[in-house]
Amino acid sequence: MTERVPAVRIAGITKRFGDVTAVDDIDLEIGDGEFFALLGPSGCGKTTTLRMIAGLDFPTMGSLKIFGDEVGTLPPNKRPVNTVFQAYALFPHMNVADNIAFGLKMQKVDRLERDRRVAEAVGLVQLGGMEGRRPNQLSGGQQQRVALARALVNRPKVLLLDEPLGALDLKLRQEMQLELKALQREVGITFVFVTHDQEEALTMSDRIAVMHEGRLLQTGAPEDIYQRPSNRFVADFIGRTNLLEGTVASAGEVVLSNGMRVQAASEHAFGAKVAVSLRPEQAFLHRRGGAPGGWPSIDGVLREVTYVGNALVHSVAVDWITIEVRAPHRSTETPLQVGDDVSVSWAPGGVTVVGD
Amino acid sequence: MTAVAGRPLPGASAVRLSGLARGFSLTRGALAANATLVYLFFYAPIALLVVFSFSADRNVGRWGGFTLSWYDDFIGNTSIQNAIWVSLRVALVSTVVSVVLGTLAAFAIERFRFRGRQAFDALLYLPIIIPDVTMAVMMLLFFSEFFDLINLLFGTDLRKGFASIAVSHIAFNISFVSVVVRARLAGMDRRLEEAAMDLYASRWKAFRHVTLPQIAPGVAGGALLALTLSLDDVVVTQFAAGPGATTLPVYVFGLIRRGVTPLINSVSVVMLVASIGLVLLSLFVQRSRSSAAVGPQGAVAGRSRRSS
Amino acid sequence: MTLAAAPPEEAAAGAATPEFERAAARAESRRGFLIAGPAYLYLVVFFAVPLGIVFAYSFADRNRFGEAVFTDPGFDAYRRLAEPIVRDILFRSLWLALLTTGICLLIGYPFSYFLTTRSPRARNILLVFVMIPFWSNFLVRNYAWRVILGKDGIISRIADFLGLGEAEILFTPSAVVLGLVYGFLPFMILPLYASIERIESSLIEAGRDLYASGWQSFRRILFPLSKPGVIAGSILVFVPSLGAYVTPEILGGAKTTLLGSYIVTQFLTARNWPVGASLSFVLMAVMLVATIVYFRAGGRNL
Repeated sequence: MTERVPAVRIAGITKRFGDVTAVDDIDLEIGDGEFFALLGPSGCGKTTTLRMIAGLDFPTMGSLKIFGDEVGTLPPNKRPVNTVFQAYALFPHMNVADNIAFGLKMQKVDRLERDRRVAEAVGLVQLGGMEGRRPNQLSGGQQQRVALARALVNRPKVLLLDEPLGALDLKLRQEMQLELKALQREVGITFVFVTHDQEEALTMSDRIAVMHEGRLLQTGAPEDIYQRPSNRFVADFIGRTNLLEGTVASAGEVVLSNGMRVQAASEHAFGAKVAVSLRPEQAFLHRRGGAPGGWPSIDGVLREVTYVGNALVHSVAVDWITIEVRAPHRSTETPLQVGDDVSVSWAPGGVTVVGD
Repeated sequence: MTAVAGRPLPGASAVRLSGLARGFSLTRGALAANATLVYLFFYAPIALLVVFSFSADRNVGRWGGFTLSWYDDFIGNTSIQNAIWVSLRVALVSTVVSVVLGTLAAFAIERFRFRGRQAFDALLYLPIIIPDVTMAVMMLLFFSEFFDLINLLFGTDLRKGFASIAVSHIAFNISFVSVVVRARLAGMDRRLEEAAMDLYASRWKAFRHVTLPQIAPGVAGGALLALTLSLDDVVVTQFAAGPGATTLPVYVFGLIRRGVTPLINSVSVVMLVASIGLVLLSLFVQRSRSSAAVGPQGAVAGRSRRSS
Repeated sequence: MTLAAAPPEEAAAGAATPEFERAAARAESRRGFLIAGPAYLYLVVFFAVPLGIVFAYSFADRNRFGEAVFTDPGFDAYRRLAEPIVRDILFRSLWLALLTTGICLLIGYPFSYFLTTRSPRARNILLVFVMIPFWSNFLVRNYAWRVILGKDGIISRIADFLGLGEAEILFTPSAVVLGLVYGFLPFMILPLYASIERIESSLIEAGRDLYASGWQSFRRILFPLSKPGVIAGSILVFVPSLGAYVTPEILGGAKTTLLGSYIVTQFLTARNWPVGASLSFVLMAVMLVATIVYFRAGGRNL
């Protein structure tokens, strides 16, 4: 293996359940050692994709390789991958140590080696002293560690995680995000995880694949996806954004539906229906006419101001939609009042053009 | 009364007494009296039976001083001993076989899609809902025809007896076991099995190491149900039994039809104690394993026939 | 990396195809069939076939020795069900089963309601004391009434003592109904309890808040909401009462022959197998209809 073989290589994978196409002809490469997220709303096919990598579902067609070996038709127990299940699926009738040892027992790893590796895994996830407990005697966070140890103890080539943090409350979830990341760096294997939470995906992953209705819409690093969404769905799903409908007038110009011309580069054909995506934090709010010279701006009326802790969210009614503007506290010296005439502006190049 | 009593009383919401009884001490009193009478109704006959089984008077139901002689009679009675022996063997065999077959059936139905699954599902339910008498008739005709045929073909001399009773008990017990086990399987997280296979367990090992321990309370419950039903059955057994062998309930039923004797009292009390012992055991099993699978409804299911 | 898993043959595996997926589904289906197989085979041989034999016999006719033969199969046996003797027995069985069901409902409903007003702990204990007679030997429990109602029994001696004269109810329809109620009351109580227990007590409180009287809140709220339990309980009592055999044999007399006993008689003494078979089938049809109603009413776990 001199060439860098991808950890997971999916080519033309389709999965149909009866008449429903759950996964529609996707191609995907996940690099060795990557922390990779499959992101999308529920029912987008992300979990099915993960299950196919695990071997819990067989693809209808396509090729699935793990480090160059075709595994698409192998049962789960013959694949060098392990899974951290949603809600963990810990065996309730076994204690922590037995849960972790299960995979090694099934592989007939001898006792000494097994005990050594279980102890190592217990240490890795910091569960020392808990070996004798039953899953129902553990907190959510501890259960998650057991699930991780149970999978990692087998030294899988790829670790799959299905909504690994979904069962935890917000504070613990944020803690575990960092911990998972650190753990991945420590063990150095490829992590593929499924989530519907875009913030979680952005925070944790090296790369993200956004899925929708069985299709793979965009793959890339978090900032790529956030800054340069490939289409309307991705722009809307990742972070918050304002979508200003319009038509491509030329390579560098879009005519919005109110007739306003906006300078924005796009590869869309002339006359294509597109939307200009303006992120709330990249929009600025001024008193009417106060926009910096040379910056595009739209006039409107301030309808609402919401305090969200670290920022103020302003809703501005322009003549056909409401634009959301996110600004740090007291960015304007004299606070704007609801009902004031305002302008929303953005730096040239601060918007992205997205198609369907 | 309506207007006053109808308003929620202050502080009453803390008590989880629902609206109907509250405010009507009369209603509440009537309800309590009714409940007391129901329990009296349930237990008085049983209690009287136990008391009179120790009565020296030959006339059943008349107290003539304490005696154990009817129990002596019972212990010395070889027909009863034989019947007990047959009952126990039949119960054991039919429980073991029906637990294995019923558990497999439940697993297949809950976890697989296969051709003929719906027909099998329906077939599994039929023995539960079919009237006792109909099943009894089925067994009578089947064994007379079937044994005739075999005897004719192979020159054997098959007669109804132990084997035919066991066969008929298994035929209804499979269904009851599978209903109980299915409830348990349906309540089990399928991801546990997937997790086992993800952790290098084969299909069989996942069943053996994960599924089976998880459904064990259901299997135990099913086994106790099968045991009870087998030990209780009169009607089907009566038709499946022959000169070769008969079970205790059928034997006792025959005695009762000929007339009441103190001997029946003592046998009855022993049967009663044994069956109550089984009930308590099964309640204990259900409780200690904290299974929600077999609630009162599930129990009703098991009992809904086999007792008429 | 030392990797114990990953057997060498995995490299030989091919890419997924629809054919493979179908083959995998077929293999799965085959496996399910094989696992179900033993029970399936058993029930076909020892249940479906016997059922078929009974069905066949219900269309048989009888030769001059009274044996069932298939020389001229037809609906004769079913037509005989309309004869006065059989019809009387059918109606009597129906009536006694209905009466039993009604009495169980009248006693069982307030009882079940009472249970739900107890604390959870008390409820569990009270329920166990319903379960015990429910699960203990049915034959013996019927026999106990035979002892109580007999000539020297407690009841007649109390009647004697009170100067009521001969209060002989053993071997009458009343004794049968008493025995059936005794046997099947728990069938009514348990589903009723389950359905009443599920009703939020706040619903009744809301009713009371809206000026419903006790009776009104029972009639308009509690009873309609507990209807699935009423239906389930009624069916669970009615159906076995209709086919009862042991109770009427022990507590009933010669004049109160019921369906169950009549069917048995057809096979054991009268040796009119076709009529017995057709009656068994009618009885089973009633059960099937009742079962469907039961499931429609939301009954589970039958």
